[in-house]
Amino acid sequence: MALLELRGVSKRFGGLHALTRVSMQLEEGMIASLIGPNGAGKTTLFNTLTGIYRPDEGEMRFLDRSLVGLKPERITGAGISRTFQNIRLFSHMTVLDNVLVGMHARLKTSLPAILLSLKGVYEKEKGARHRAMELIELTGLSRRENEWAHQLSYGEQRRLEIARALAAEPKLLLLDEPTAGMSTSEAQSLMALFKELLGTHVKAILLIEHNMRVVMGISDCVHVLDYGEKIAEGHPDVVRQDPRVIEAYLGQGSWVEHARS
Amino acid sequence: MKKVGPAIGLLAAILSSFLLAVYFPQSLFAFLLFEASLIAIYYSSVQRHVKLWLGTLVLLWLMPILGFINGYYLEVAIQIGIFVALALGLNIVVGFVGLLNLGFVAFYAIGAYLWAIFGSPQANQFIAGGLFPLSPNWFFVFLLLSIAVGALTGTLLGLPVLRLRGDYLAIVTLGFAEVVRALVNNLDKPVNLTNGPRGISPITKPPLFFQPLLEFTGLKFTEAQLYPLYFYFLILAMVCVIVLVTRRLEDSRIGRAWKAIREDEVAAAAMGVPVVRMKLLGFAVGASFASAVGVLFAAKQVFINPESFTFMESIGVLAMVILGGMGSIPGAVLGATGVTVLNLQLLKGLSLWLNGLRQSGAVLSLPLLGSYPLSQLPVQFEPAKYERMVFGLILILMMIFRPQGILPARQERRK
Repeated sequence: MALLELRGVSKRFGGLHALTRVSMQLEEGMIASLIGPNGAGKTTLFNTLTGIYRPDEGEMRFLDRSLVGLKPERITGAGISRTFQNIRLFSHMTVLDNVLVGMHARLKTSLPAILLSLKGVYEKEKGARHRAMELIELTGLSRRENEWAHQLSYGEQRRLEIARALAAEPKLLLLDEPTAGMSTSEAQSLMALFKELLGTHVKAILLIEHNMRVVMGISDCVHVLDYGEKIAEGHPDVVRQDPRVIEAYLGQGSWVEHARS
Repeated sequence: MKKVGPAIGLLAAILSSFLLAVYFPQSLFAFLLFEASLIAIYYSSVQRHVKLWLGTLVLLWLMPILGFINGYYLEVAIQIGIFVALALGLNIVVGFVGLLNLGFVAFYAIGAYLWAIFGSPQANQFIAGGLFPLSPNWFFVFLLLSIAVGALTGTLLGLPVLRLRGDYLAIVTLGFAEVVRALVNNLDKPVNLTNGPRGISPITKPPLFFQPLLEFTGLKFTEAQLYPLYFYFLILAMVCVIVLVTRRLEDSRIGRAWKAIREDEVAAAAMGVPVVRMKLLGFAVGASFASAVGVLFAAKQVFINPESFTFMESIGVLAMVILGGMGSIPGAVLGATGVTVLNLQLLKGLSLWLNGLRQSGAVLSLPLLGSYPLSQLPVQFEPAKYERMVFGLILILMMIFRPQGILPARQERRK
């Protein structure tokens, strides 16, 4: 059984066909990449998957449950969490609080219990804080936990987004251009982190990425979108030879050549 | 005890300001100094439990004694308490959840009318049997009831409007407050529910359940002396409960969810925060605080009419929250205290002083401009008349020089 399965998902904005009958499968234990030229519909696919948009057609199943029509928080509850392309942290909250927000659905403390400050609340809070600190450490943000999120550097903010997404205990992690704007060494340490996450924290990762070194380096499977349609899928070595993929990228600088060199 | 020095210094400062206020009961300056001692406690470097003890000393012992000497001070303290409670409620909606609510006073009005109608003969107008006014003991039942009613109306208003954002939400809440005021103003026919613009009186005061105890200890108070003290302790207790509840919520997953919604709604939803439910909860909690304070207000005033619940009241409370620092509990307390003191004491005090000058018949002689008899000072100079202008000026200056408020939300966590 596939972890995630999309069948014929379409999304239109007025006359613009952002996604046209996109299908894909994601197996457990897999790192898959979603690539394609600008405006190909990659982020739209993420937004549709996470419930920010509702698909016009098609079916999305996660662990054999339909995701269509679920609210974003329910989809997170089902086990999918994401990061954002244009970083969307809670700027005027501390690093620790940002991560703790990610635990909202898992931290089951009720309103009366909180008001009466029952013992269980304190224990759960302590547990959550402990776990949050582990995630902060894992993403390399140790000793920054009491700073405000907007005080972090760009690269650290991207890492914090990952920590926050992990706090929701997802089975599937969606990363929207996680290495954008990072140096090669920063990108490489992130790649190592992704590999480490797989199996220990999450069951599968789907990432949107422009950095071909990253894509080719860690993906088990690459899906290529162009003008909202899926034009290719498969192992990175196969996809890079695909004439339709090469055509889609021509004019943007031949990335295939670039990746080979 | 490591830091004994600062604690003793602080205690000396508090006691001297207290003695000043005792010996000069008419002196505004002495009382302001006394009020400032509370701020000094908050800012001082002494340990937390010392702060708590000193604060308890000031609020539970010194303030009532002072109020016994000069009843007006107690009235000021009660007013401050009411606005602190309101500001703390609005702070949840505006400061934590980030929803601009321009009609907060509506919930205050709902609480006030809840007790006013049933705690006065007014309810006899539409419920037969002459059961009303209810006995004073019902006051506490209604205090609890008002929390539920406030939460319910907050939720009911929230359900249709919380899909709106920013300016649109602000306009709807403003409209809601006006609707409530218009209803209260006009529901005197066909069935007389609210007695319209004439208002409702007399409203029953809370029960003096402790009077046997006082008589037992041999203390003699007249009712006129007792009630202000009673209301002072009631509002003090209410503020303490509200602060406690707000702090617990702030440090829980609910408070974090509220702030996350304020910072970025889409990201909050993507992290598993049920945005609509959390917004409704914030609305309901804020509304229930305001509603409970309303019950106390009605009982204290004995008479209420729709004039007490105008748009300017909503703006006033909002300004307190903004001045103090949005999303900060000490900020809301300080903002409410500062603005109330400014309105009730500073401006009025200056007016009185000016009046005194005018009546003294003194002549101001300036070197080059000649002399000017102060008795000719125009009435328009009275600072109390400029209340709103001074207020606006302060707000403008704040926005230029300290837009985050006097005591902005702190960054480090409480342990």
